Amino acid sequence: MKILVGIKRVVDYNVRVRVLSDGSGVDTDGVKMSVNPFDEIALEEALRIREAGNADEVIVVSVGGDECQQQLRTGLAMGADRAIQIQTPEPLQPLSLARAFLKLIEREQPGLVILGKQAIDDDNSQTAQMLAALWDRPQATFASKMVLDGNSVSVTREVDAGLESIEVDLPAVISVDLRMNEPRFVKLPDIMKAKRKPLDVIPLDELGVAIEGNIKVSHYAPPPQRDKGIMVEDAAQLVQELKNRGLI
Amino acid sequence: MSTILIIAEHDGNELNISTAKCVSCAQAIGGNIDIAVLGNGIDAIAAEAAAIESVNKVIAVNADHLEAPLAANWAAEAVALSADYSHVLGPSTTFGRDLMPRIAALAGVNQVSDIMEVNGPTSFKRPIYAGNAIVDVDTADGSKVVATVRNASWKAAAGSGGASVEQRPASSSAVAHTRYVGLESEGGERPDLQSAAKVVSGGRALGSEENFELIYNLADKLGAGVGASRAAVDAGYCPNDMQVGQTGKIISPDLYLAFGISGAIQHVTGIKDAGTIVAINKDTEAPIFEIADIGLAGDLFSVIPELESLLG
Repeated sequence: MKILVGIKRVVDYNVRVRVLSDGSGVDTDGVKMSVNPFDEIALEEALRIREAGNADEVIVVSVGGDECQQQLRTGLAMGADRAIQIQTPEPLQPLSLARAFLKLIEREQPGLVILGKQAIDDDNSQTAQMLAALWDRPQATFASKMVLDGNSVSVTREVDAGLESIEVDLPAVISVDLRMNEPRFVKLPDIMKAKRKPLDVIPLDELGVAIEGNIKVSHYAPPPQRDKGIMVEDAAQLVQELKNRGLI
Repeated sequence: MSTILIIAEHDGNELNISTAKCVSCAQAIGGNIDIAVLGNGIDAIAAEAAAIESVNKVIAVNADHLEAPLAANWAAEAVALSADYSHVLGPSTTFGRDLMPRIAALAGVNQVSDIMEVNGPTSFKRPIYAGNAIVDVDTADGSKVVATVRNASWKAAAGSGGASVEQRPASSSAVAHTRYVGLESEGGERPDLQSAAKVVSGGRALGSEENFELIYNLADKLGAGVGASRAAVDAGYCPNDMQVGQTGKIISPDLYLAFGISGAIQHVTGIKDAGTIVAINKDTEAPIFEIADIGLAGDLFSVIPELESLLG
C-alpha cells in the first residue's frame, strides 16, 4: 500500500506574525518557514505505518512554487521514500488543491491519504474534507489515533464532546490532530540521504485541474487589542472586584 | 435577497447553541433564514430550532442513516437540500468543520471559514494565523456561499420565534464505507465549556490530576464550566475535550478565570473574546497578564482555598 502525505510550507509556528501596515498581507520577509506542524504529524504517522509493515511506500506531496522543495526535502529526511511537487506560482485555494490531489491519487492509487487537520497560516481546515468528497471516499478528520485492520481503519476523532470512534474502509482520507504522535527529529545523515531521494516536479497545468478561486482576500488587519487590565493584591480584592463588576 | 440555509448541530437529544449563533450571523447577512435538522427521531430538536427568532422554516429530515453525524452521509443530504439557497451556514465547531467543507466541495466552491463579522451578504471578516490577523474576504458574484460561523464571535439568537416545521424524506442513501462506532464523553454535569457564562481553567502549574480537583471544586462553587491549557491536557491532568486554545475550543464566556496558565499565544487565541479575563499566576512575568483584565500574582494553591471560603 502507498500512503500519500500532504505537506504545506508555512511561516514557522514560533514566529509572531505581523500584518503589513498597508493591509496587503503579512510580513514574510526573511521569516523562518517550516513544514506545517500538523503535516509533520501526518507524515510521522505514515512512517510508523510503513515501519510496522503495513505500507510499502510513503510519498510526500506539496503544492506551490519551487521554494516548497525545501519542505519536501525535510519530509524526505524524516523518512518519506519520494516527493512530488505540484508546481504552481500562485497559491491555490482548498478546492483546487483537493482537485490537484485527486489527479495525483488517480496516478498513484494510494490506500491512505494523510493530511494535517489545518494549515497554521490560513487556518481553513478544508482540503482533507474536500478531497474525500471529490474522491467519494471516507473522511476521518481531527484524528488522534488510527489503527489499521486489514482493509479498514479504526479512527479516534477529537470532537468537542469528547472522543468519537469511527471505522472507515480504505482508501480513505485522514486528517490528523496534535495528539496523534510526536514527530521524530531529523538527523544530519538523514538530511544528506534525503538529497539523493527522488523529487518529481509536475506542473499544475499538466494535471488539468480546474481552478476555483471564488474567494478573494481584500484586506489584512491586526486583531483588536484588549485594554490593559489591573492587578489586585489578594483573593479578597479579587472577589470584591468581580462583585463590583457584577460577574459573581 | 439572500436565501440562507443553516445546518443544525445537535447530539440527538437537543439542539446545540451553535445553531442559534449561526442564526445571528444569518441575521447580519440578511434575507430568508431556514434551518435544516438532519437526524433520526429529531422532532423535538426541530421544534427547538423552530423557536429561534427570525427563522422562517425548519426542514426536518428523519432517516436511519442520518442518526450519527457522519459527514459523508450528511453532506450528500445537505447538498440536495441547499440547491436553491444562496448561503449555507454551519458552526465552526468540530461538527461544522468536519461537515461544511464536504458540502462546499460537492457544491463546487471554496468555503469561507470562521466568519467573525459580516461586512455584507458576500463579504466577511475572518481570523487567520491563529487570530494574529483579521482578513476581509469576498466571495465571487453568483457563487454559492458555504461558510462556517465562528462560535465565539456571535451571541445566540433569542428563542422567541415560531417557524413552521416541514418534514421531508431523505433523498440520500447510506454510505457503506464509513461506520459510526461511538462517543466517549467526559462532560458530566458541569456546564458545557462552549456555552458556559463562566469558565475556570487550569494549567500545568496544577502539577497533577489530583490537584486538578481544586479547579473542579471552584468551578462547581461558581457554577462554571472547566477548561485547561494544552500543557495541562498533554500532561494528562484532564481530558482533551477540556482544552482551550487554537487547537482546542475557542470560547467567549463572560468571565474566564485562568489558574497557573502562562498564556502561550495558542491558548490566548482561545479566550480573546471572553468578557473579563482573570489571571492568577505565581510568575509575574507570565504573558497571560498582558491580556488579563484582572491579574493576581500569587500561588494558586493558596489563592483557590481563599477564594472558596470567600465565596461561602
